[in-house]
Amino acid sequence: MSTFKEDSAYDMPRVGLSNETIDGDIATLNLGPTHPATHGIFQNILQVDGEKILSSEQTVGYIHRAFEKLAERRPYNQITPITDRLNYCSSPINNMGWHMTVEKLIGADIPKRVQYMRVIVMELARIADHLICNSVIGVDTGALTGFTYLFQEREKIYELYEEICGARLTTNVGRIGGFERDFSPEFHRKLNDFLRTFPKIFNEFNSLLSRNRIFMDRTRGAGPISAERALNYGFVGPNLRAAGVDYDVRVMNPYSSYEDFDFAIPVGTDGDTYDRFMVRQEEIRQSLNIIEQAWKNMPEGSYKADIPEFYLPPKEEVYNNMEALIYHFKIVMGETPIPAGEVYHSVEGGNGELGFYLISDGGRSPYRLQFRRPCFIYYQAYPEMIIGQTISDAVLTMSSMNVIAGELDA
Amino acid sequence: MESKLTNEAVAERIKAQFGASVLAVEMPYDMLTMEIAAESVHDVIAWMKTDSVLEIGFLTLLGGVHYPNDKNREFAMVYHLHSWSNNFRIRLKAFLPAENPTIATLTDLYDGANWMERETYDFFGIQFEGHPNLVRILNEDSMDYFPMRKEFHLEDATREDKDDRYFGR
Amino acid sequence: MGKIEDIQVVNGEGYQLTTLEKAIGVARANSVWPLPFATSCCGIEFMATMGSNYDLARFGMERMSFSPRQADLLIVAGTISKKLGPILKQAYEQMAEPKWVLSVGACASSGGIFDTYSVLQGIDRVIPVDVYVPGCPPRPEQIIDGIMKIHELVKNEPLRRRYSDEYKHLLTSYNIESDGE
Repeated sequence: MSTFKEDSAYDMPRVGLSNETIDGDIATLNLGPTHPATHGIFQNILQVDGEKILSSEQTVGYIHRAFEKLAERRPYNQITPITDRLNYCSSPINNMGWHMTVEKLIGADIPKRVQYMRVIVMELARIADHLICNSVIGVDTGALTGFTYLFQEREKIYELYEEICGARLTTNVGRIGGFERDFSPEFHRKLNDFLRTFPKIFNEFNSLLSRNRIFMDRTRGAGPISAERALNYGFVGPNLRAAGVDYDVRVMNPYSSYEDFDFAIPVGTDGDTYDRFMVRQEEIRQSLNIIEQAWKNMPEGSYKADIPEFYLPPKEEVYNNMEALIYHFKIVMGETPIPAGEVYHSVEGGNGELGFYLISDGGRSPYRLQFRRPCFIYYQAYPEMIIGQTISDAVLTMSSMNVIAGELDA
Repeated sequence: MESKLTNEAVAERIKAQFGASVLAVEMPYDMLTMEIAAESVHDVIAWMKTDSVLEIGFLTLLGGVHYPNDKNREFAMVYHLHSWSNNFRIRLKAFLPAENPTIATLTDLYDGANWMERETYDFFGIQFEGHPNLVRILNEDSMDYFPMRKEFHLEDATREDKDDRYFGR
Repeated sequence: MGKIEDIQVVNGEGYQLTTLEKAIGVARANSVWPLPFATSCCGIEFMATMGSNYDLARFGMERMSFSPRQADLLIVAGTISKKLGPILKQAYEQMAEPKWVLSVGACASSGGIFDTYSVLQGIDRVIPVDVYVPGCPPRPEQIIDGIMKIHELVKNEPLRRRYSDEYKHLLTSYNIESDGE
């Protein structure tokens, strides 16, 4: 695989901090839970000496909605709306991950066309997630213009979602076995427009921040983490790739035909905020690349798998065909025979490896469903990343880690 | 990417090292699942991290499951680990009795296990020996029961605003 | 909507005659400073409402006040859990009169799809709410509709409402100390 970077000493930020305070008082500062700078609801209690942070303590759980207990109550196709609300900035990825987990459990064979359609939707979601994260890093450094520009682009992605499933943010897109309907001609036209116009606006945003003197001075050296510490903490996703390790679930355990596409994995060196920002910028470009390839090479075929026991039959058949009526009844009432067993499946979400550990006992709802939430696991490293930094660097580090409260607490 | 190790080879290697502690070996959906005695889980995971052939050095997930009907094996701890250099995933299980669900902590091996163990304690009440700060993490500190256990309802038992008759419960 | 010409005025050479209530109502309605208490998915839709496509700034809400002391409108967008309830109440108590509350989304209005042990089933269990916006998440047009209804409330509110017995009774029913005379 890759060579890990050695643990090296990190330079202090450019602003020299004197290590002697005037009267040696240590203040306790409460950052949160409701604070304009924290993107989500979590509390950080900081011990500061002037501006320098000595230690910190986190309290999470302010938006704990008991997804795992809720999943034990609902039948399999009703769990998709819950998975929406995990990382709600890129909900289609969560939906697709759940569908693929159930398909792995029941052993369904998914047609190629469905897999390519899923790839397009998931990469659009990844672009949407990274757009929010990068524009919010800009906002935290004081650059509000990028936010306004990129949210317009997010509106275009919302329009694409609306063509497929009708919803903007929490999409609940697709079904176990594929999609409800094929992509409409309007979707193809809008996707074509998006692929033509997005790169130009994205390059404008890039020119605003990537080589901007002030931005680089703010973000270089803010919140670094080395590759060994990151692996010990269980980092995945863009945060880990910024530290230098090129781990991507799409390449390591390919799912949904990702092995057909040719894309690169951007990797940083220092693991600080600037690297995380640049890794996400490059990932947006790679995602656009994947969408182009998938769209141009989309194979002909069906938009759904042939699993009548899990996939609702079309309404005309339900009214005319006895078999379809029985399948419809069984699916809606939750009586379809689900095999018992346990399966773990993971997808590359906006923040890294989003895993679903499903134990089924053959009943209509899962016996145990556990989500492997990347945000929850890598937020533990936050105290270590901000020791010795200033408060403004701590705020930047938090927003560059893309901590989404829905995924943190579940 | 293909894995460099096979399930059978890894199972043989672990059994050769920890013969008595390995209680069962299964492969549901092509993932090696081994049941390990609860006392040896920490040693097995520590050995797997340093072993030159296996190199299983990444903790993906750990969590608990509650089986109220299995006497003496009510709580299951499930560990998912991953070897990146070999692209190999493994699942370890350990069963704990209900009277004293205690198991050694993994925080000395993997820093990422800290909050995951706190979450398992919060949901199931499983005690982790040697954990630096085993308190509730997601629920309120004043909560006096462990909500993910099967005997407790999803809804809050003390709420008075929603009438169960109208909600189909 | 909020034009000065709509008020019953008597115009003359360099003077207007209207009621103080109407003038203050219009001034307040068109310059509400909101405090976005954005928790989860509805927060992202609120950010989209603030963006340039569904611009909220044209309603006078250019400046988002993140300090309760300087805010008029508390916009609660997202799920509020039982752990967060006291903090929401504290933020509400820190606001100065007159203040309004807009509950955006199904989770804030009634608990939404999360009828679980850890979610507060609606913020009106802890603070009094003026307008509820349903949806999961509501479209930005719906949020703007909710804000327009708040504007109607603000425009037509009697000046002495905050000192009335009915209002004090409302606050004591929520165990919030009222600081009026």
